[in-house]
Amino acid sequence: MGWESWVITTFSRTLAYGTPLLLATMGEIYAERSGVLNLGVEGMMILGAYSAFSVAYTTGNAWLGILVAAGVGGAFSMIHAFASITLRANQVVSGLALTMLGLGLAGVLGRGWEGYPLMRPLSKVTVPVLERIPIIGPIFFRGQNLLVYVAIGLSVLLWFVLFRTQIGVRIRAVGEDPATADSLGVSVARVRYACVFVGGVLAGVAGGYLSVAYRPAWTEGMTAGMGWIVIALTIFAFWNPLLGMLGAYFFAALYHLSFRLQTWVAPELLKAMPYALAILVLVVVSRGTLQKRMGAPAALTLPYTRGEE
Amino acid sequence: MIGGRRLRIERRPNASGWVVFAVSVGAIIVSLIAIGVFFRGFGVSPLQAYRELLRGALGSRLGITETIRRSIPLLAIGVGLTVAFRALFWNIGAEGQLLIGAIAGTGIALYSGLPGWMLIPAMFVGGFAGGAVWGTIPAALKVRLGINDVITTLMMNYVAIYLVDWLIHGPWKGPTMRGFAYTDRFPAAAILPKLTGTRIHWPTLAIGLTAALLIYVLVRHTRMGFEIRVAGENPEAARYSGISQMKVTLLAMALSGGLAGIAGVGEVAGVHQMLLGPGQVSLGYGYTAIIVAWLARRNPLAVILTAFLFGVIMRGGDVIKVSLGLPFQLVNVFNGVILFFLIGSEVLIRYRLRLQAVEGG
Repeated sequence: MGWESWVITTFSRTLAYGTPLLLATMGEIYAERSGVLNLGVEGMMILGAYSAFSVAYTTGNAWLGILVAAGVGGAFSMIHAFASITLRANQVVSGLALTMLGLGLAGVLGRGWEGYPLMRPLSKVTVPVLERIPIIGPIFFRGQNLLVYVAIGLSVLLWFVLFRTQIGVRIRAVGEDPATADSLGVSVARVRYACVFVGGVLAGVAGGYLSVAYRPAWTEGMTAGMGWIVIALTIFAFWNPLLGMLGAYFFAALYHLSFRLQTWVAPELLKAMPYALAILVLVVVSRGTLQKRMGAPAALTLPYTRGEE
Repeated sequence: MIGGRRLRIERRPNASGWVVFAVSVGAIIVSLIAIGVFFRGFGVSPLQAYRELLRGALGSRLGITETIRRSIPLLAIGVGLTVAFRALFWNIGAEGQLLIGAIAGTGIALYSGLPGWMLIPAMFVGGFAGGAVWGTIPAALKVRLGINDVITTLMMNYVAIYLVDWLIHGPWKGPTMRGFAYTDRFPAAAILPKLTGTRIHWPTLAIGLTAALLIYVLVRHTRMGFEIRVAGENPEAARYSGISQMKVTLLAMALSGGLAGIAGVGEVAGVHQMLLGPGQVSLGYGYTAIIVAWLARRNPLAVILTAFLFGVIMRGGDVIKVSLGLPFQLVNVFNGVILFFLIGSEVLIRYRLRLQAVEGG
């Protein structure tokens, strides 16, 4: 394999694998920026994957599948929102419960859907003219999924909203200092519900991407811990959608490259690599002085009631 | 409005044990009703499903002993988790700590060459040490570098899963197993004794019960336990009074990870008599035990009860899986729903509704 095709495969695989990570990470960034930690990403993703596949399989329309996955992810996230915002339940435990429930529901509902390939997966696009640029063309503009571009565009948009608009100011205020935001007339609960919902929708879409685009089939437990890597990426990205993009692709590249070690390392150990890498990455990041300056939202995991605390 | 009344929500100063108990039981009943709706959706009558579940778990001698067998790992892990949760360390990694314990136990059983009478004690000690190491790594990372404990403990579950996978496919694959991905069968001296005619490996059960008692005493009546409680409830106060966060967290996680490791030794030496696929060694005990510890309100003695309750659900789930043709993943649905209602109900412990007279207008 010449170096050129090596670079092209590596980067185009990185884009493909990084996309679901990026989508779900952006969602989690929004939820956490508003002060709600949602450990239910894995559960929302797997339900998104199941619902997208079952809809795409029965209707033959993969985009409809993605749409339903978005709705299912969003609706499912509302359980966590209700528990943690309205009932002020412990966010760690509530998120875990969401993941258990999602894995359980998808496992029960998905029985009997396994082993059927999706005939019409999400179509791949090739951009004319641009695809002929050497190296860049084949990586970015040949045979990638439309959602790959959507994810990139979305992370720019979500960055802009978060840091350059009034809406973003409100979200960050609610996550940093809810009492002050409240006194300025921002509805803390409403902002938090909305952000958790965004997180659910994006996690659902990320799951849907896995089952109707990345590997068009349904397998139980197919998210395989990706949702947890998303939680790690959110920290790694310092709660910033653009850095989230960097993190997701960086991680996807490491993941892809680790499989090139197959000649030397046993496949079972390679499978453990992404998880070990995630810990390693957090260790490296935590050493930076950046952490103090750009740490977690101050009110993350803290419920808010007017007049208390 | 003159002399009217209105409902007010106010903080409950200190909920009594009975309130906590009643709310917990209520939460479980409501969850079972909610899951019943889910059964309906599958065309199964909820009443029939629960009848089958209870009959399978408690309706016969076999049912009861199998329920107890499933409670054994939940008890050991759950007791350990109460300490971790008291120190406010989110140990979601018991599943991995269990597997590392199983690996350590297997290594000693098959490759240590120790004399037979020493094998079982050595396996338990090794399993405890293995789980404790796996548990204290995230603890050190949290205290030293501020790395999120939920993530590290979880990630290490996956690493442990693939480690087991690698061992049984690679270096430890049993030559006598005709190509199956198992280790060889343990020598007889490394297999735990059982209560006659059952699969209850009583040494692990005894360790779990003893641990429940010892940890209750440790947390309630010793200086160390006091420090763990303060560090968990009020880190600020702990800092001022010179309590070492490092010492407390490491100790709590060594206990928590170690007990999960003991559970792992129990599963391989008591049930399977070999190391096999990670999904067979543990049926998600490490995750279910989180609910066991939470439902027990972090009281190690109460874990004896809640571990048994979830033993019923796991055994019963197994039975209705066969008799009603529902997938095993159903147990996860149970876990998720119960956990939600449990934490949702805590609002009733922390707050109460009160009718209050409203003065003049």
